[in-house]
Amino acid sequence: MTALTQLSLVQMQAGLANKEFSAVELAQAHLDAMAANRHLNAFITETPELALAQAAQVDAGTRTGPLAGIPLGIKDLFCTDGVQTTAGSLILKGFVPQYESRVSANLLRDGAVFLGKLNMDEFAMGSSNETSAYGRVISPWHAAGSNADLVPGGSSGGSAAAVAARLCAGATGTDTGGSIRQPAAFVGIVGIKPTYGRASRWGTIAFASSLDQAGPMARTVTDCAHLLTSMCGFDPLDSTSLDVPVPDFAAGLTGSMQGKRVGIPAEYRLDGMDPEIAALWDAGIAWLEAAGAQIVPISLPHTKYALPTYYIVAPAEASSNLARYDGVRYGQRVLPPGGNVQDMYAATRAAGFGKEVQRRIMIGTYVLSAGFYDAYYTQAQKVRALIARDFEAAFKRCDVLLTPTAPSPAFAFGAKADPIAMYLNDVFTVPASLAGLPAMSVPGGLSASGLPLGLQIIGRPLDEIGVLNAGLAIERAAGFTAQP
Amino acid sequence: MSVDNNIVRKIARLARIAIPEADVPGLTEQLNGILGWIEQLGEVDTSGVDPMASVMPGTLRWRADVVSDGDIQDKVLANAPDAASGFFAVPKVIE
Repeated sequence: MTALTQLSLVQMQAGLANKEFSAVELAQAHLDAMAANRHLNAFITETPELALAQAAQVDAGTRTGPLAGIPLGIKDLFCTDGVQTTAGSLILKGFVPQYESRVSANLLRDGAVFLGKLNMDEFAMGSSNETSAYGRVISPWHAAGSNADLVPGGSSGGSAAAVAARLCAGATGTDTGGSIRQPAAFVGIVGIKPTYGRASRWGTIAFASSLDQAGPMARTVTDCAHLLTSMCGFDPLDSTSLDVPVPDFAAGLTGSMQGKRVGIPAEYRLDGMDPEIAALWDAGIAWLEAAGAQIVPISLPHTKYALPTYYIVAPAEASSNLARYDGVRYGQRVLPPGGNVQDMYAATRAAGFGKEVQRRIMIGTYVLSAGFYDAYYTQAQKVRALIARDFEAAFKRCDVLLTPTAPSPAFAFGAKADPIAMYLNDVFTVPASLAGLPAMSVPGGLSASGLPLGLQIIGRPLDEIGVLNAGLAIERAAGFTAQP
Repeated sequence: MSVDNNIVRKIARLARIAIPEADVPGLTEQLNGILGWIEQLGEVDTSGVDPMASVMPGTLRWRADVVSDGDIQDKVLANAPDAASGFFAVPKVIE
């Protein structure tokens, strides 16, 4: 029999339904895989007792739902009732939420089994998992003929590594500027960020509220669709939650692109683009064309301004959101001897936040400060409106866009020590985030060095089905079966 | 626009982050690198463009003005670094 951890989520559903194995056996197989792969540092907190108790309820028939018995990992940005939640930060070490985030509550409602909390860049600020206060996550992949450790991408790097290494059937991620899609591409799995407002932000620790969206990461497009259906839904506790029906995303998938127009944005073909990335993009275009799509060249003229816009808007919102970590209500407190309350705030935040988080809070504080607000923040929000208009105009001429997910395969630790070099890794993912659009990454193939490469599909607002369908077409054509 | 060491000290004070004096020059250099890079936004013609207020169009909803939870003092204080008599506790504020 195939190892249980090798099954797709859909195969696990079938196996459980046919009593080929029990939910406890399925959970135990994953807990064993987690124990054998602790060197990856994918989990910050493992919850084996909880997982086995939940699985036993499934076997007893008292825990039911479309995801009954499916073993998942939860990014440590989602508050989980009674289970430590750190956001990858020292400042939240020991924080035990007294309530469940809406997204994780939805998964529990549908019967999922939680294996533990996944490592991540601190407060989701990073593209390599090197900013986690709990140690970096190591990708299960290695370049051909090399033993050098590689980054899993970020910020959902623990989620990516765990799914790719078969430690869980799927995982939750969050995406602010590419934090689901880029790590999914780096480890050869699928990840989708839905339309802004589809998944509730309630109980998900905030980074940049106008950009943050939760989404699933899994090994197939269909597996992602099942998880997405469960995670999404209107929530009155999130003021930007969309009060629209959530379709059964998996039921709508055909993989046919007949009658669909696929836009290819000229501005994404960067000068000096890695030839392997360009070749994969061309292959993706050919695959969608073969599946029946019409290819349409389009233009998104403000693309080059997306990253600098993001690096004003996101730090500005982060500096406001992270003001809550003051050592008073939760999290760590540092009180210098003889210090007053102001000294306590400053010492707590100096000790609790890592360098990248401090840098972004400082940038955000500066661009929002008196005298600079209009020049930076207001201008960035105007450019953001222009970026969104570019997409609106493009979607008059096409149904989905196809681009690479990242400008390179996974890189080595320390390879991008300059903050701006690291920021540039999100060049293809940030524009869709600024416009709130659904976007996913699907594995397209391997680089010459044997590392996974991803293709990105961007869709119209609320057209996750169109995105997933194009993803399925690529998945079928690419036939990506490589494993770490 | 660029920042100098004094502005960096002021930003750190506004952000309530204690930055050791030895770290200030390095931080000034890093922040100037990032600010210099985002400066390019100034070249975009945004005349007549309204700043984006909401990425998905919609209006903020109303809700009934009623108490929807409460009686969870223990939960509210469960993660407090210091709590006393049912309150969050901080160092003395008034001399």
